Amino acid sequence: MTLVKTTYGRRSFLKATALAGGGMVLGFSWLAGCKPSGKDALTLPKEWFNINGFLKIGENGVVTIMSPNPEGGQNVKTSMPMIVAEDLDVDWAKVIVEQAPLDTEKFTRQFIGGSQAIRQGWQALRMAGASARHMLMEAAAQAWQVPAGEITTEAGVLFHKNSGKSAGYGEMASAASKVSVPKEVKLKDLKDFKIIGTPRKNVDGLKIVTGQPLFGIDTHREGMLIAMIAHPPGFGLKLKSVDDSAARAMPGIRDIFTIKVLNDDYERQHFDTCTFLEVVAIVGDSTWEVMQAKKALKTEWEPFEAYSEVRTFWGQEKQTLTIPAGLESSSVHKSKMAEMAAKPGTVRRKDGDPEAAFRSAAKVLERSYTAPFLAHNCMEPMNFFAHVTADKAELAGPLQKPEFTEKALSERLGIPLEKIDIQMTRLGGGYGRRSYAHWLLEAALISQKMNAPIKLMYTREDDMTAGIYRPAYHATFRAALDANNNLTAFHVKAGGIPESPLAADRFPAGAVDNYLAEDWTIDTNITIGSYRAPRSNFMASAEQSFLDELAETAGKDPLDFRLELLERAKTNPVGEKNDYDAARYAGVLELVKEKSGWGKNDPSGASRGVAAYFCHNSYVAHVMDLTVEDGKPVVQKVHCAVDCGIVVNPLGAVNLAEGSVVDGIGNVLYGELTFKDGVPDRSNLDKYRIIRHSEAPKAIEVHFVKNDIDPTGLGEPLYPPVMAALANALYRATGKRLYDQPFMGERQMLG
Amino acid sequence: MANFTLNINGKKHQVEVDPATPMLWVLRDHLNLTGTKYGCGIAQCGTCTIHLGDVAMRSCTLPVSQIGNQEVTTIEGLSESGDHPVQKAWLEHDVPQCGYCQTGQIMNAAAFLKANPNPNDEAIEAAMNGNICRCGTYVRIKAAIKTAATG
Ligand code: FES
Ligand code: FES
Repeated sequence: MTLVKTTYGRRSFLKATALAGGGMVLGFSWLAGCKPSGKDALTLPKEWFNINGFLKIGENGVVTIMSPNPEGGQNVKTSMPMIVAEDLDVDWAKVIVEQAPLDTEKFTRQFIGGSQAIRQGWQALRMAGASARHMLMEAAAQAWQVPAGEITTEAGVLFHKNSGKSAGYGEMASAASKVSVPKEVKLKDLKDFKIIGTPRKNVDGLKIVTGQPLFGIDTHREGMLIAMIAHPPGFGLKLKSVDDSAARAMPGIRDIFTIKVLNDDYERQHFDTCTFLEVVAIVGDSTWEVMQAKKALKTEWEPFEAYSEVRTFWGQEKQTLTIPAGLESSSVHKSKMAEMAAKPGTVRRKDGDPEAAFRSAAKVLERSYTAPFLAHNCMEPMNFFAHVTADKAELAGPLQKPEFTEKALSERLGIPLEKIDIQMTRLGGGYGRRSYAHWLLEAALISQKMNAPIKLMYTREDDMTAGIYRPAYHATFRAALDANNNLTAFHVKAGGIPESPLAADRFPAGAVDNYLAEDWTIDTNITIGSYRAPRSNFMASAEQSFLDELAETAGKDPLDFRLELLERAKTNPVGEKNDYDAARYAGVLELVKEKSGWGKNDPSGASRGVAAYFCHNSYVAHVMDLTVEDGKPVVQKVHCAVDCGIVVNPLGAVNLAEGSVVDGIGNVLYGELTFKDGVPDRSNLDKYRIIRHSEAPKAIEVHFVKNDIDPTGLGEPLYPPVMAALANALYRATGKRLYDQPFMGERQMLG
Repeated sequence: MANFTLNINGKKHQVEVDPATPMLWVLRDHLNLTGTKYGCGIAQCGTCTIHLGDVAMRSCTLPVSQIGNQEVTTIEGLSESGDHPVQKAWLEHDVPQCGYCQTGQIMNAAAFLKANPNPNDEAIEAAMNGNICRCGTYVRIKAAIKTAATG
């Protein structure tokens, strides 16, 4: 067993537990909301005992585990409680999962992003379960007058072997809630895991398939009004004037007014990105009526002058940013990116003497890759419920980073943090978009003005044209081979609008003696934000396509070529700062090689492509088999190999992996958002193409590397290498390399 | 504004709304049946799928005035407690990720299977192509439809 201290990071778990623990808690009103229905319904206990912030135990042994992080499809609401249940040593069938409220005293890092929930929650969740188990054992020891060390547990039952005594957790729960919290607890050995690593169904499955109100958009309160906003139709524009006379007279309309989303002097934090600082709010009785009035608004917009904002990005100093004026177009972006790519960039890493190596090379390969802006297009458009009164604010809805948004809200409303209550609903997709919650501020300001509960609804068009996109990117790769086809130099120069996608210390840095990494950026007033595996989602596609072509130029098998480079990085790495583990990286390639039967003749006659990548602390390799039918790629099978440490819930993990593969194929083939004079060319799903049923792979096989490493990310790392696996397979099928995403866009056929 | 008596999930409901109001918003705003979702409003994504009689329809572009006395079924009325064969298959295959699109997928699949009890892969893809899942659960949806078909 591992012994761990019940403190972590800057926080004392102990303190949090003591604050929340103790005492008997009767008849929670929220029980109605979490009552499972259907045949397998548990009999709910008459009484609940608060053990600590994470769990409650009823007198009949039923356990409620609070899931601290918002759920947006990554399965955290199932897998995080599984971790608590494991070290509590309880029967999963007796567990109810409830979404925890936002409470930064009790929980840390209550957000989705960076594939970090499980990775960072792992110790805390295990400790929560283990502490409660320890307290139950103490309570039993006192009741039975035996040493606590002689008590054992199994599936929610306490045993004392010598006396033959036993009791369910429920029987000891009341006494346990009065036991002081241990300073140190023992965690289970991995070999004793009974829940972690076993497939468990989504705890909200039944509610989802029966259409119960789980999502923010489903929020309904007595007297609630519906609000929408009208924002500028394009970037670089601001509100000039509103004529609301016609709209105001329409049925069901309560009020129309403008709101300023953030104060001018507000110092923004990382996630406070706000595209349109002033918007028009339309408030009425029903969604349809408000939609009609919105169409009847006569609004004039005008170009804005360049302005500056003070901003602190994560882990950086406070900076003053200039937001440029101008109405931008994708055609101009394209030529500007080509211009930047032709000039020297900022050097981020240099090993050896790349210039000399290129001069003496037998062969040099140079290729450039591009990718466009992308909209997240969560299926549930942005929305939020708000009820702001003179001294407090109650909010509910889907967002990824409540603990950060809360600060901006407090400042803007002038209401102290402790008077703000944000309830986290299920998210109808997030993928990074719901980290930037300007709509939450809008909802709160509208409620404050109306002095009424409101639900702010974005239409799909509002959602798609409100900014916070995946940036547009460009990368040029250059490689030198000697007469024996050994890689002697590697040069990457990457940039984007407005951020660089470069990670200079990633593979193949470390695997080649002469290495140069440079980058550049272009300013824009189009806002950007995290998008599933930020930056990696482009760099993997470009780099892994290039390595494929490079292997071909060197006359080598593309998978073995990668393994050869990784062998160098493993045995004799160049430089000190390489941010990947070459052995684990090679491990996923070897696994996918074996599972896909790489190198053997594929009986189906499909063309294969391979790609691998490391990001978000996990390693992934894909082999994709595809055919081209009537000019369309048909993905027959995708073999995925993943090393993300211990897999908590294999069922949820495979689902998430499959989704990443589908998402990658969809975006590389079809995804793009382009602009003309500041205005997005697409605003709804008739034009913005999202992958559909018939375009999904016929089969996806996911293989996990088995090891004892603490779990790392899974929501993001599978996504980036998909695009290159597809590009490389398509090359084998068609003989054509593709460099510019999307490969098809709105076209029905390739090329 | 006009009065409509609607036959939804076997019950009569009265609403007073603009006759142009799409059924989607009648269900969501006026009857608090929020299982039917809004995704695009222009018949492109399928999250708003309901049944009119036995036929799957996009409720976002279906004005309430066109319903008359046809029987409307929403996800809330598909089964008493989630035990319609399609819902059971969805649970067996643990289909949902975020879950937002799934009620629309289920409603479309249920109507499709009623008309085509033994579909092949191509027929499933063609029938389901109007329902977008942004989380990419398509592989599971297809497997679940096959399970539901074979009972
Ligand atoms: S909301 Fe009706 S099809 Fe999208
Ligand atoms: S499960 Fe998220 S959109 Fe389908």
